[in-house]
Amino acid sequence: MKRTVITVVGKDSVGIIAKVCTYLAGKQINILNISQTIVDGFFNMMMITDMAECNSDFGTVVDEMEKLGEEINCIIKVQREDIFDSMHRL
Amino acid sequence: MNNININEVIETNNMIEKENLDVRTITLGISLLNCINDDINVLNENIYKRITTVAKDLVKTGQDIEKEYGIPIVNKRISVTPISIVGATACKTIEDFVSIAKTMDRAAKELGVNFIGGYSALVSKGMTAAEELLIRSIPYALKETEYVCSSVNVGSTKTGINMDAVRLMGSIIKEAAIVSKDCECTGCAKLVVFCNAPDDNPFMAGAFHGVTEADEIINVGVSGPGVMRKALEKEHGTDFGHLCDTVKKTAFKITRVGQLVALEASKRLNVPFGIIDLSLAPTPAVGDSIADIFEEMGLERAGAPGTTAALALLNDQVKKGGIMASSYVGGLSGAFIPVSEDQGMINAVKEGALTIEKLEAMTCVCSVGLDMIAIPGDTKDTTIAGIIADEMAIGMINQKTTAVRIMPVIDGKVGDEYHMGGLLGTAPVQKVNTFSCDDFINRGGRIPAPVHSFKN
Repeated sequence: MKRTVITVVGKDSVGIIAKVCTYLAGKQINILNISQTIVDGFFNMMMITDMAECNSDFGTVVDEMEKLGEEINCIIKVQREDIFDSMHRL
Repeated sequence: MNNININEVIETNNMIEKENLDVRTITLGISLLNCINDDINVLNENIYKRITTVAKDLVKTGQDIEKEYGIPIVNKRISVTPISIVGATACKTIEDFVSIAKTMDRAAKELGVNFIGGYSALVSKGMTAAEELLIRSIPYALKETEYVCSSVNVGSTKTGINMDAVRLMGSIIKEAAIVSKDCECTGCAKLVVFCNAPDDNPFMAGAFHGVTEADEIINVGVSGPGVMRKALEKEHGTDFGHLCDTVKKTAFKITRVGQLVALEASKRLNVPFGIIDLSLAPTPAVGDSIADIFEEMGLERAGAPGTTAALALLNDQVKKGGIMASSYVGGLSGAFIPVSEDQGMINAVKEGALTIEKLEAMTCVCSVGLDMIAIPGDTKDTTIAGIIADEMAIGMINQKTTAVRIMPVIDGKVGDEYHMGGLLGTAPVQKVNTFSCDDFINRGGRIPAPVHSFKN
């Protein structure tokens, strides 16, 4: 397991989840959980994924997701889950 | 363990993106004791090789961690064994010591680190000939290098205050300002005088790798004044119990991120983890300010009556929250109150709310001391020494670290602005009490250590 949190923030539009999921499938990244909410009028989606079988290195995924975000007018961040666990879990 | 939820993820990312949460520094401490040689050329070669070998992956590792966790790591730095010890047998002249500073600078540049600390001398009780020589070389070492930081420990609770060293440092600070006049006197921004200097401080300008340390060690400094101020926005009008609780919880969260980064860096570099320095270190960025926290607490400006109390509670609660978040805490740990690096402090000085005397009072309860304060260039050497002596006395008696990093601005008058750029910021030249302390400072000798009992 290499748990990774992917967040997508931006204006809601058709196909955001589809495009992100298509990219993840191509990279062999498994989605474990998806949740979404609207904050201050912005679409916020969070995915918990497993990158254990991913066929690219972490840095490449970060860069490519950022680029995909620009294409769909969203900010996409890919972060290892540990940072959130450290801050919010004892 | 429950899955992380979306609100927690949004909270963390807001701290990073909107409230300037960052890891301020990963500092790799390197012992240079095994570099010592009688020949200055061999010594310089040994130092260069040792630093560039041990730290070769430091910057890349820092950048990898930044990318994977999405948290900025602002500085990657190196601290080394005090050069007064390393160079004691090889250095016969000021130029010999300056050549070591240049070697450190070359290594720092090669590695791409932001600063290298340890051009230092620990003279709290007495000075060896080599230590005095190093101190006298500081103005030239700082002028001729870009990345080297220097510190001198002139007192401690156990030894008292070395007033000969205090007097000398008054002159050295002035000389550093004069010789670096053409580069806007920034020499003094890289020079700090300590009482009770810690061996494991990751923050500059005062970082050095103490002789009590192992061969190599990773120390990490966390920050986050912006996060703290934002958290306190929700505490308008609440009592001190609630206020303190919020500071504590926020410090806990900030420190946990630092602990994670420190352990990860330690693992990847194969260097043992030393300590987390739980500090609130401001930057000139809007909102990343300790003064703004005071205003959030209910003071009109930093420096208003109540400021020392506000800082005392902030400092204490940061420690209480942070200590539980990390296995090893050390360094300076607390709130820094530099003037030039904190826009709120700069504004408070400009508006007349904050004077050097009030800053001195605040240093009794903060984590360091008089920091990044510009003073008129015509301030006498003995007056600078007097300011240092006062600050050292506060540290000695209260068993805490105190420090002085002041910058005489040659040709500068009260009210002038002194720009250093980058993280060093801008300092308004502040008024100094000009009544003489010449005869006091010129006595020479030592102030004895204070009693450690009979505390009634």
